[in-house]
Amino acid sequence: MTAVWVTIGGLAVATAAIKAAGPLALGGRTLPTPLLLVISLLAPALLAALVATQTFADGRSLVIDARAAGVAAAATAIALRAPLVVTIVVAALVTAAVRGLA
Amino acid sequence: MPASANRESFRAGVRVGIPLAAASVLVGLSFGVLAEPVMGEVAPIVMSAIVFAGSAQFAATAVLADGGSAAAAIVAGILLNARFLPMGIAIARSVRGGRLWRALMGQAMIDASWALANRGEGRFDVHYMLGATLVNYPAWVAGTAIGVFGGGAIGNTDDLGLDAIFPAFFLGLLANELRGSLSVGAAAIGAVVALALTPFTPAGVPILAACAGALLAVRWR
Repeated sequence: MTAVWVTIGGLAVATAAIKAAGPLALGGRTLPTPLLLVISLLAPALLAALVATQTFADGRSLVIDARAAGVAAAATAIALRAPLVVTIVVAALVTAAVRGLA
Repeated sequence: MPASANRESFRAGVRVGIPLAAASVLVGLSFGVLAEPVMGEVAPIVMSAIVFAGSAQFAATAVLADGGSAAAAIVAGILLNARFLPMGIAIARSVRGGRLWRALMGQAMIDASWALANRGEGRFDVHYMLGATLVNYPAWVAGTAIGVFGGGAIGNTDDLGLDAIFPAFFLGLLANELRGSLSVGAAAIGAVVALALTPFTPAGVPILAACAGALLAVRWR
């Protein structure tokens, strides 16, 4: 049980430090224009990476499983301009259904 | 910006945060169900309350469940949270005020709020981000508690397809970000880099390396 509490405490401190670093070191400062362009593209790059790994990664293997069907259904819902809540519910339902059939 | 505009931004953030909070409850519930056998009843809820970073919590818990040490679990969590360094640099210009306030504003970064607060050209509406995050915080902690205490009744959360909620959720946020060929290029490179590294690096590194997608998209335009 000690390992659990050490992990929680250590990770809480580390996370707070990582999140504070940028605003603390550079807060309110104007950054060079090329850097601003890169920064504006961080969100699509990071979000796409999160989508890709959480859909296709299983540990260190790449797999196509029921999640891929669920996320494809979510993409359809997004294209039809469904609200975000509807989108995630559709993803869960389709994933569960495909997994149930398998 | 006058204080009234900040308040208006904050309120708009709270409104946009409410549907996000629904997703946080479900993902928090998954975390509670998975963490309870590893840590017991109290620790997962404390973890959600003081770490408040979903992917890092899942990763650290997985390491402990496999019999890994606390150090290994902390490193896994740090790798997954390392993306908050570039994300923090991104918002820094928009965070004004004293040191303590700036450090606190950094804590308001979660993926969804951060992405929604992106106003383009390197600007972020940090009060909007704060509003959206503050709604998500109780949802995340409460979801974890429901998972911990209701886990027996819920059963295997994968049977309910809850593991598809996070990627679907991020896909919805991504759709908002895709304006123009540069952002599409950055997203494509980010996804390819992350998948290419997945078999060879610890969890978290692929996501961090995907930041290179933003750099490469600018270089190659």
